[in-house]
Amino acid sequence: MAHIPIQPGLPGITGLLEYRLDSAKPIRELTQVLMRGESTLTFAERELIATYVSFLNECTFCTRAHEATANALFENTTIVDSVKWNVYNAPISEKLKALLIIAQKTQLNGKTVSKEDVENARVHGATDLEIHDTVLISSLFCLYNRYVDGLASWTPEDSGFYQKLADRLVNHGYMGTTKPVVHEE
Amino acid sequence: MAHIPTQPGLPGISSLFAFRPETAKPMRELAHVLLYSESSLSSGDREVIATYVSSRNQCVFCTQSHAAAARAHLKEDASIVDDVLLNGVNASVSDKLKSLLTIAGKVQKGGRIVTDEDVALAKSLGATDMEIHDTVLIAAAFSMFNRYVDGLASFTPQDPADYVEMGVRMASVGYIPPKS
Repeated sequence: MAHIPIQPGLPGITGLLEYRLDSAKPIRELTQVLMRGESTLTFAERELIATYVSFLNECTFCTRAHEATANALFENTTIVDSVKWNVYNAPISEKLKALLIIAQKTQLNGKTVSKEDVENARVHGATDLEIHDTVLISSLFCLYNRYVDGLASWTPEDSGFYQKLADRLVNHGYMGTTKPVVHEE
Repeated sequence: MAHIPTQPGLPGISSLFAFRPETAKPMRELAHVLLYSESSLSSGDREVIATYVSSRNQCVFCTQSHAAAARAHLKEDASIVDDVLLNGVNASVSDKLKSLLTIAGKVQKGGRIVTDEDVALAKSLGATDMEIHDTVLIAAAFSMFNRYVDGLASFTPQDPADYVEMGVRMASVGYIPPKS
């Protein structure tokens, strides 16, 4: 059970965003800019970074939600899995691998991102803005993962729920402009 | 030197905010809502929580700037800030604030380690649901801000005196820049 009274039927982050609307607003806006704003990183690549960071933070709700979203956007269900096993062997570009390493080090603690990590990303074509956004996406998911797990919000088991959530994130983004996906407890 | 080209002279998160105004706007607003807007937790206590989390993440810029803001809010009780920085949850603060710092410290490590008992203790000492929510979200938000500042190696002034004025400004106007 969650540590605070959450509206029934709204698992994970969805109930928390309804619990306090004035903190939810900037969190949603920041996420929309980073994950759906104009960028040279694709939506799928950004969702992969979010999934990987959530996975490293062992936040099941965020990992499953963003994994389903990344899978839908990649139209491929093996990329996320292979990144979880081993970033270096995953079937993704060298640039994306370099960005995932920066995201992983940011997740650990920002100080561990080295000049060499950043240089390696640049060598493979990453721009300053892509490096910036990778660090900030990783940081933002360190917020989300702690918010969701720190309040022990409910994590459904069935994959159907995450599929519906992913459909909403693919089609409508993060602003909460459509009704939340309800899951009966 | 920062990992991305930032405007010289701007320290820490200010230099990153100037680099990308689209993400700066909601980040400023979040800090304002959590630390400055009306709440049953004083701004001083909320800044102490932010300082404690930043210090555990070893983010010097955020620790020094929020410590300065906390001191500015707490005035004659400003010594609490250094007590918490040195002694953490063993500092001479109210039992309620100790219980909230315990929750914040666990969120900093990983949300999953906050227990029902940690929350029950805070509630028994008078913490409301909203205060528990805000404590978790402040700790989570600083787990973001700290990583953003250090992950891009933004400029960190080394002299504590450089943070005093910054803290006074944060305590007096909050985090949303005045409309020009």
